[in-house]
Amino acid sequence: MTVILLKGGKLVDPSQRLNKVGDLLIVDGVVEKAGGSIAGPDDAEVIDCQGLIVSPGFIDVHCHLREPGREDVETVATGARAAAAGGFTAVCAMPNTDPVTDNQAAVGFIVRQAQRAHAARVYPIGAISVGQHGKVLAEFGEMVGAGAVAVSDDGKPVASAQLMRTALEYARTFQIPVIDHCEEPTLAAGGAMNEGIVSAQLGLKGIPAEAEEIMVIRDILLARLTGGHVHLAHMSTRGSVELIRWGKERGINVTAEVCPHHLSLTEESVRGYDTNAKMNPPLRTAADVEALQEAVKDGTIDLIATDHAPHHYDEKEREFADAPNGIVGLETALAVVVTNLVEKGGLSFSDLVDRMSCSPARIFNLAGGSLGQGSIADVTVFDPAAKWKVDPSAFLSKGRNSPYAGMTLTGRAACTIVDGTVVYRAGLPGAARER
Amino acid sequence: MSGALGKDLLGLESLSGDQIRLILDTAEPFKEISERAIKKVPALRGSTIVNLFFENSTRTRISFEFAEKRLSADTVNVSTAGSSVSKGETLVDTARNLEAMRIDMVVIRHSASGAAQFLAERIESNVINAGDGTHEHPTQGLLDILTLRDRFGDLKGRRICICGDILHSRVARSNIWGLTKLGAEVAVCGPRSLLPNAIDEFGVKIFDRVEEAIEWAEALNILRLQFERMTAGYIPSAREYNRVFGITRERLDRAPRDVLILHPGPMNRGVEIDSDVADGPHSVILDQVTNGVAIRMAVLYLLAGGKPELAEAAKGGSGRGREERE
Repeated sequence: MTVILLKGGKLVDPSQRLNKVGDLLIVDGVVEKAGGSIAGPDDAEVIDCQGLIVSPGFIDVHCHLREPGREDVETVATGARAAAAGGFTAVCAMPNTDPVTDNQAAVGFIVRQAQRAHAARVYPIGAISVGQHGKVLAEFGEMVGAGAVAVSDDGKPVASAQLMRTALEYARTFQIPVIDHCEEPTLAAGGAMNEGIVSAQLGLKGIPAEAEEIMVIRDILLARLTGGHVHLAHMSTRGSVELIRWGKERGINVTAEVCPHHLSLTEESVRGYDTNAKMNPPLRTAADVEALQEAVKDGTIDLIATDHAPHHYDEKEREFADAPNGIVGLETALAVVVTNLVEKGGLSFSDLVDRMSCSPARIFNLAGGSLGQGSIADVTVFDPAAKWKVDPSAFLSKGRNSPYAGMTLTGRAACTIVDGTVVYRAGLPGAARER
Repeated sequence: MSGALGKDLLGLESLSGDQIRLILDTAEPFKEISERAIKKVPALRGSTIVNLFFENSTRTRISFEFAEKRLSADTVNVSTAGSSVSKGETLVDTARNLEAMRIDMVVIRHSASGAAQFLAERIESNVINAGDGTHEHPTQGLLDILTLRDRFGDLKGRRICICGDILHSRVARSNIWGLTKLGAEVAVCGPRSLLPNAIDEFGVKIFDRVEEAIEWAEALNILRLQFERMTAGYIPSAREYNRVFGITRERLDRAPRDVLILHPGPMNRGVEIDSDVADGPHSVILDQVTNGVAIRMAVLYLLAGGKPELAEAAKGGSGRGREERE
């Protein structure tokens, strides 16, 4: 019998209406008891959680672990360890690998690599179309059978409305969400940043907000048509928020995510041509950031996901227009959200836990997201007040491409427990490198 | 080592009105050097300058080279069409290799916006932007402004309209920054498909019709229409462009005043500008070219640490401007 006793932390779990100091007892990978003062057995591993928040484990439904294909920039193992260090007990890996994760064998490979990592859980997301070419549907059924939890052609928008329609219909059998990267390809072609005054001044080709919004409303309307579940990845504009609100008010099966960087940074970060401020969708305006923050608070946007996208140093160290899109996010997500939404934005820790744990578990139908008795023991312990300076060289991810380098942020994972096993503990040997 | 302009000249956005006036004033004495029989002064003797052209250029490269040679610098030209990526070597490696050869200045022309800044942040040599993508072309902006100042004197309140493809024009951006900093009133005129969507945030007037622009302006800076804009679908045809936006004698004849005509070149005669306008009495297009050498001499001299007040002396051949640097 393996017993872990988390003593004296503040238990925060909106799914159980928990929001007060108490102990948490984990026995053999399952939550045995949450709340009150618990005296565990003598052989229990006791973790002092005073001053810390104990919550159901964070789940990131959107990251790029690059394996197979680009093991030089990330692997399932390094990504899963980086996730654990960021307080994530589970992540969903996007299928834009090389070769594309578009069949059951490829999905099974990622599942096996994840099992070997002994860190955060990794759930594969299968491709919508074979090769992500946007032509022929991939075998959703077999991929789900092998462990896929959703489908997406992320990185590439589903340009064909007919293909998107079919995907939404076909996915209903397997009760999985279809995730779309919303970008009208002809409007966004060649774009390197948000279209606006900054792009005009810098002489960089812009991507208008409308390139995203056109596809957001298309997808919402197709969800209405089909009854399928569309999940909109990395929303970045105020207009998208309004459209999602419109869809939800009508009972359409649409959910949406937003990334920490779109909640905290604006297009102004691109001045100076810093390629670590280049991502797709691009950083937008202050008005967009404000609307997205509000949407996280009022639940219009269901969850926060990282879009963790490691790139090699050499690939980012070049002319802005030629640099690849994306930044790493697993190890800064919590702190960016605490700093920008809790400290400055008035988001409660209870809502933070909902958007980073309960909501993703519910929407993607994943284990976890709860400290209820009998739940799997995926638990995140974090220090809500820890101030730390972001040093990408200390990341467990192979990626170093972070726009937060050098910034002082608040909030940091202290201990990450997956299936009743400590997979990360700040400052302890054996769990992970001291940070 | 950095003088009145700082280490680099990357654009006019980052310069103050005083710094721009300083460059223009410094260019004045250098104009005369090019009129001499022996067009050479020793101001930059011993300096090594690399002209690094990743994009085709005739006029700008030759203008820089004359400016460098007339200041007695040692120059090397590196021309490679296409991007550094297609060439194989990255821009950062190119930069490091140049640095290792102990050069003093780099003049860079590149197809990527921000390339000059990228280089400037990675090497200690002075970097001069000779045009980066669709961002800025500061020496072109400065020579346009010098040409306007030659005719108008103080530019405060003067009305200058930039005509054509503003969206893709680094010349337009540098002109807008420079002219507004000197207090001029700036307008743009062109098809909306060739104006940035955020143009109204630039603090310039916008004319949809070229006739209105001509009625308003005291000077027109007419940009080259690049033919790839048609294939990319921004406008239908060069023929229609000339009919709707072309600067023609007929249109200028209806202007309430004489309108000064500038063009950064190379011209498409019969497209954005008709020949009788380009060669007409109010054209200062060749003055721009002449001023280009003086402006570039001034920029090179100032970045090398030359004292503005010694430009007259440097011109006399003492070479003191350069020595002040050490």
